[in-house]
Amino acid sequence: MKIGVLALQGAVAEHIRMLEKAGAEGIAVKRIEQLHDLQGIIIPGGESTTIGKLMRTYGFMEAIRAFSAQGKPVFGTCAGLIVIAKEIEGQAEAHLGLMDMKVQRNAFGRQRESFEADLPIQGFDRSIRAVFIRAPLIKEVGPNVEVLCSVNDEVVAAREGHLLACSFHPELTDDSSLHAYFVKMVSEATGRT
Amino acid sequence: MQTGTSTVKRGMAEMQKGGVIMDVMTAEQAKIAEAAGASAVMALEKIPSEIRASGGVARMADPRVMEEVMKVVSIPVMAKARIGHYVEAKMLEAMGVDYIDESEVLTPADEVFHISKEQFTVPFVCGAKDLGEALRRIGEGASMLRTKGEPGTGNIVEAVRHMRLIQSQIRKIHGMSKEELMTEAKNLAAPYDLVQYVHENGKLPVVNFAAGGVATPADAALMMHLGADGVFVGSGIFKSDNPEKFAKAIVEATTHYTDFAHIVEISKDLGAPMKGIEISSLDASQRMQDRGW
Repeated sequence: MKIGVLALQGAVAEHIRMLEKAGAEGIAVKRIEQLHDLQGIIIPGGESTTIGKLMRTYGFMEAIRAFSAQGKPVFGTCAGLIVIAKEIEGQAEAHLGLMDMKVQRNAFGRQRESFEADLPIQGFDRSIRAVFIRAPLIKEVGPNVEVLCSVNDEVVAAREGHLLACSFHPELTDDSSLHAYFVKMVSEATGRT
Repeated sequence: MQTGTSTVKRGMAEMQKGGVIMDVMTAEQAKIAEAAGASAVMALEKIPSEIRASGGVARMADPRVMEEVMKVVSIPVMAKARIGHYVEAKMLEAMGVDYIDESEVLTPADEVFHISKEQFTVPFVCGAKDLGEALRRIGEGASMLRTKGEPGTGNIVEAVRHMRLIQSQIRKIHGMSKEELMTEAKNLAAPYDLVQYVHENGKLPVVNFAAGGVATPADAALMMHLGADGVFVGSGIFKSDNPEKFAKAIVEATTHYTDFAHIVEISKDLGAPMKGIEISSLDASQRMQDRGW
């Protein structure tokens, strides 16, 4: 199973390592033509304004919307969560606008407020280490969105069908269970289509 | 909830990978950098080429500059403190700056000791010319590295020298036998545990960017080709004829550094880059890379 990691800017190699740990093949994606061979894609952490701009320049907006429309899973982490959200607080325009949620950028503050914590995830048998770096929050979710994880009653991970989002960095730890969860989503979607 | 952990500080640098961090002197320039796709900005009072031209003692910028820049952009804001200047660094941390560059571009405050960076919540980036210097800075708590290069010259040769040397020293240690490591640590004047890390992993434990002389999209791509995780551009953008165009082209060249036809396209009609300086024309007192150890 081939899963892409959008490689325009941000932490790409870490996601690829985790995908491989979870039993999938990870591919760094720099051009839209590469999407044809993939069964799922991760939009990684990085700077969402930078990633958003480069996605527009290279035609990734249309290409990933079409990819998602085929039911192929998309996983956004941190900046990637902002990129896949339908609505971004204080910004007129969303990026991909795929997932029915409203997000707030830099919701915890600046870098000195960045933190890590052990958090329980819905459906997981144990907590995972979550690393938050100038992280966003999910402020509102649509009716079909399932909340997977919260911190101080604020939503930090959620799923809507074939879309998965978290505001922390599962790729910066040694725990690949969230990647394994996404790999399972991809294999179920591949089985269906 | 734990703040200021090594994972959080090093992770912040991981998120900058493949990005371009641009020096800015005003809020206006910060907006131009953000609009061009910079992954962060470095707020300063003077860019290195101006520091070079004006002479005298270069210090941390007026806090007002940083505050204005932090207000207008949503990307991370970095700022420089003098080598060894604990109080300048604490001031930057108090202001909420996202990353501190303990930088040889400013006049050192201490010629013997660098700041003990581990005790800060905010992460630090430091410059290095070779692997020993890189590992000493990590040992003091730096969470990100960059080549020193020769800032403010628009001449890439020193950044190339430093990046090549660091990569080659990493390869050498990776291939060593265990017996050789302690002697190598002694020769490099580097912490033994970090030499062991490099031996086992064949890489540095933190992100390493290129800095000091990047003036064109081709320069940025060259540094990526040599193994840089990303690029700092100091004087190269706002000393060029057309900062908006240069900034955008350098961002694209960094992302697509192996796509040479694309770099050709984005390098067209950019206007003149900053006027460079031949390194051999600098006398010893003008070489910023020799500050710090």
